[in-house]
Amino acid sequence: MKVSLNWLREFVDLPESLEELRDTLDDLGLVVEGITHVGEGLEDVVVARVNEIRAIPGADRIRLVVVEAGGGPLEIVCGASNFEVGDRVPLAPVGAVLPGGFAIERRSLRGVVSNGMLCSARELGLSDDHVGLMILNDVPAPTGVTLLEALQVTPDVVFDISVEGNRPDAWSIQGVARDLAARYGRALRVPLLGSPSGDRATAEVAGAGIDSPELCQRLTVSLLRGVRVGPSPTWVAQRLSAAGMRPISNVVDASNLVMLELGQPTHPYDADHVAGRTLRVRAARAGESLVTLDGVARELARAGRGLGDTGVDCVIVDGRDRVLGLAGIMGGAASEISDATSEVLLEAAAFDPMTIARSAKRHGLRSEASHRFERGVDPELALVAVARFVAVLSQSCPDLQWLPAPLDERGVMPSRPTIHLREDDVERALGTRIESSEVRRILEALNFSVLDATGTLEVTAPSARGDVREAAAGRADVIEEVARIHSYRALQRRTPTWAEPGVLSDRQRLRRRLRDTVVDLGALEVWTPTLGSDEDFDLLHPGAKRVRITNPLSAEESVMRASLIVGLLRAWSRNLERQSGDVVLAEFGTVFAHPDLAGVSRRTRGGAGGALEVDLPAENERLTVLLGRVDDDARHAVALWGVIVDRLGLADVVVRSRDALAPGLHVTRGAELVDRSSGAVLGVLGEVDPRLVESVAPKFASRRVGVLDLDLDALGDPQRATRRSSLAHVPSRYPSARMDLAFVVPGDVNAADLAHALASSDELVESVRVFDVYRNEILGAARSVAYAVSLSAPDRTLGEAEIAVVRDGLIQTATSWRASLRA
Amino acid sequence: MKPNPLESLDHVVRDALGQLAAIDDLADLNGAEASLIGRRSAFTSLQKSLGALAPEDRARAGAALQEARRRVEDAFEERRRVLDSGAWERRMREDRLDLGDVIAERVVWSPRAGHPGLVAITQRELEDVFVAMGFSVAEGPEVESDWYNFEALNIPPAHPARGMWDTFYVEMGEPETVVLRTHTSPTQIHLMEEALASGTLPIHSVMPGRCYRRDTPDARHLAAFHQVEGLVVDRGIAFADLAGVIETFTRAYFGDDIEARLRPAYFPFTEPSAEFEITCTICRGAGCRTCSQTGWIELGGCGMLDPAVFEAVGLDPEVWSGFAFGFGIDRCAQMRHQIADMRALTENDVRFLEQFS
Repeated sequence: MKVSLNWLREFVDLPESLEELRDTLDDLGLVVEGITHVGEGLEDVVVARVNEIRAIPGADRIRLVVVEAGGGPLEIVCGASNFEVGDRVPLAPVGAVLPGGFAIERRSLRGVVSNGMLCSARELGLSDDHVGLMILNDVPAPTGVTLLEALQVTPDVVFDISVEGNRPDAWSIQGVARDLAARYGRALRVPLLGSPSGDRATAEVAGAGIDSPELCQRLTVSLLRGVRVGPSPTWVAQRLSAAGMRPISNVVDASNLVMLELGQPTHPYDADHVAGRTLRVRAARAGESLVTLDGVARELARAGRGLGDTGVDCVIVDGRDRVLGLAGIMGGAASEISDATSEVLLEAAAFDPMTIARSAKRHGLRSEASHRFERGVDPELALVAVARFVAVLSQSCPDLQWLPAPLDERGVMPSRPTIHLREDDVERALGTRIESSEVRRILEALNFSVLDATGTLEVTAPSARGDVREAAAGRADVIEEVARIHSYRALQRRTPTWAEPGVLSDRQRLRRRLRDTVVDLGALEVWTPTLGSDEDFDLLHPGAKRVRITNPLSAEESVMRASLIVGLLRAWSRNLERQSGDVVLAEFGTVFAHPDLAGVSRRTRGGAGGALEVDLPAENERLTVLLGRVDDDARHAVALWGVIVDRLGLADVVVRSRDALAPGLHVTRGAELVDRSSGAVLGVLGEVDPRLVESVAPKFASRRVGVLDLDLDALGDPQRATRRSSLAHVPSRYPSARMDLAFVVPGDVNAADLAHALASSDELVESVRVFDVYRNEILGAARSVAYAVSLSAPDRTLGEAEIAVVRDGLIQTATSWRASLRA
Repeated sequence: MKPNPLESLDHVVRDALGQLAAIDDLADLNGAEASLIGRRSAFTSLQKSLGALAPEDRARAGAALQEARRRVEDAFEERRRVLDSGAWERRMREDRLDLGDVIAERVVWSPRAGHPGLVAITQRELEDVFVAMGFSVAEGPEVESDWYNFEALNIPPAHPARGMWDTFYVEMGEPETVVLRTHTSPTQIHLMEEALASGTLPIHSVMPGRCYRRDTPDARHLAAFHQVEGLVVDRGIAFADLAGVIETFTRAYFGDDIEARLRPAYFPFTEPSAEFEITCTICRGAGCRTCSQTGWIELGGCGMLDPAVFEAVGLDPEVWSGFAFGFGIDRCAQMRHQIADMRALTENDVRFLEQFS
């Protein structure tokens, strides 16, 4: 909202310092997002008359212009061409500083000296027009006077203020001034108001009614006679311009001025074009339509797409029940003010904010009025605003009459909660003691009414504060107002302490450990998109049910990912194209599955009031590592996993090869990571399916890419990911015996399974480790696996005979796994 | 009467199909393409001979020839498909590696330091500060129902405040009931519900996580971003505690010369609400372009928990009080490292990633 400082000063005495004022506004929660200086630089610019235009030899874009600005002829070089001899144009002489700080100096162009600059309206900060010089022929001012005088611009400062959603009262100059007055402890002045006159009561010549009292809190209808439509006085036009609105005519301008000043939108109708000079408010009926002032035909009362939008439109109708406008949002063309208008029917009303908000959203129609009604206009303000309207319009319509007893209908008025503020409530909430008298002063300055019952203040919110609620919530609302005016910066600070220690969650510890491990081994952590295209999804799960975004920004970002692999491959290939892709990439991220496929559903409450049960997509956190260095392959994924198992302290996880294990994985180079004691799958590893590499990174299709894809939900679940025993094992003090045993192991027996069997076969077996695997054509699908077995006893050195017995046992165990000792 | 050049057509087809069946290698098949269906095939010479026919016979003969040729071409493509998949299967068979046999110690691994993501680094530093201040760290899901993301936070359907967040809706159930969370605040609600159900109040937690807003990415915004939320629910908690926690955190994370200050703001789930600003980390308060010459930059939002939120989760506001705060993790990283364009965080350029550790 644009707020003119000159205008503010009419309401309250303010400090001179702009910085102080800006700081105060910020501290009141009226955050200043920008400051514009109106008229800045215009005191240096003067009206000049063009006396002569000469070509400059060798230049076709610039000309030499001789002007007169009261101090004798001046030669200026100018690039514009929209003027002739005799025209009057703005001249910034040498030494002038234009808005934005551009200083004019004497310059030489093509050997010609330029003694200033002729300006466009944009260069002067007066409009966006920059097609040529600003032409001042219509401005009744002699050459040589400053533009400030010529255009009757009053220097001003305009704050661009962002008003929060819970401050319906602050959407006006008066509202902002009220906060400042409360903060500075100064009086808030009331603007000049008009009063009714004329010989007939309004009810004799006009009508009003509310047919849908739940939609309209209050409807007032006034009849104004003696209207002469014409331009507004300069001060009105300046006020509107400062606020970013264009002056239109005295009637429309008065309506806009009152809205900006007091926050009450009003709507003037040409009384002769309103049937029965009657305005009524009701809900639109299905099938009704309206052409709004912007020329768009709108179907009314049609349910919207938004949750809970049943399509209620509140409309203003005339005495024949014809729709004149969308209440509080925009009027229709038929009853618009024209030059011929002599009597005005003025509507000043207050509507149900939610109805206006939904209507405005549904019709994609936001106006200055709807903005204010959505937030809640003070229902008690209507006739004050009309009185102000009358005072403003009287200046250009001396015969203006506001007929006595304007029509005043009331629908369902919002309640004005009374809040009981106990003695210590403010201190308990804020931790700062503010004297009861100060609390009272602040609230009264904000128009709250305060009754002092013993030990309790009975605080009633003003009608302008529709945001203030009942009971405990209302108490918080009131305390915020006290704190706000008192200043948040003046509140005390203390650092609370409590007995509970701060801790990371188990998941976070797990994630940190995983991250440290893969990063220490060379991984770069990346962040790839959660949302992808259907094509991306189909790469791994062709045709499968997917989790889709209803309102994506683009088709490329419309489906929630079910895997991190595609994003990682893409990041890898892009870096390879820059010759920096021989790297290991890792990402921690969530993947999503449609509840129909996920098996487990996340069912929770949703919908209006949380009354529905909704199924949410299954979420699964994964760590996916892409091994993309030049010689990386599935083996590197196994090696990486080996380190991780150790770092996580997992008891025993088998790398179990399986064909066609998971989408995106090489069909014969993939393995599941199976926790031996729980049987749970903790992830997969292997190589990326070469067909996938070819689709995503065709230039690098010949490369093998290793991949490790871990399920953090499984790894973080001690029921699934079995930890090593926490009991320490102290190695025997007696030397271990070591033997190497090579077995021919059938292709379908996992080498680690056999190692586990061997290790469990005798309590003297300390460890079993594979140290060699050998294949040849004679062995066929089977292979020779060599195990290094270490034996030890806690209390003795093992003897030859004992070792031989264990060895026989080991061979026997192997035989039961169809493995034979290699000769 | 001239001899019919197409007399041999049946024979040509039979012969071609027989040859095709005998080929069992993709390279051989490709080699035979020209002689079977290409320009050196019998079909091509037969086509030429059609010119000798009377015009009335020519059309019929031409159609017959085309039909025969198509049969052989179809058979050729079918054979190619069979051999193709055969070749693929063979390639896969030959490629087979029993990963259970891989001996990790034998794998060559060149030492090279990796780099954690900048967001992860920043998040860890923030978490560490809060843990040291006595906060526990909790997390929540990225997809939420509108109840958790909005209504329990005092933002009912169609409330204008919902417009404060540009929301991605998920196509599931009733329209606009499932969302990508627009902030980490729904995790507050989960935490309070859980604590209430399990009798583990009070709560002193921070909740980092990824959020989404339907915003076209630009230098300052990403459609996905990271926030950290803070929540304290305890007895006798006041605004002064909130201000103190924000101040302590600011100094601990940004340095002793960086101050925090609060100014009034509006969030539906807190009252009183505040934005918190910190001394501009670029100019250290002197005023610069980044802070629009004010010396302060906005970091996040905070406030005392709104009684409406207590009501939504069933906590008694006469017994419990608390505060919440939230701010952007990516934004902290941006400020600390002076990253002009946030999109660098998602571009995954190795040359960018290698800078942080």
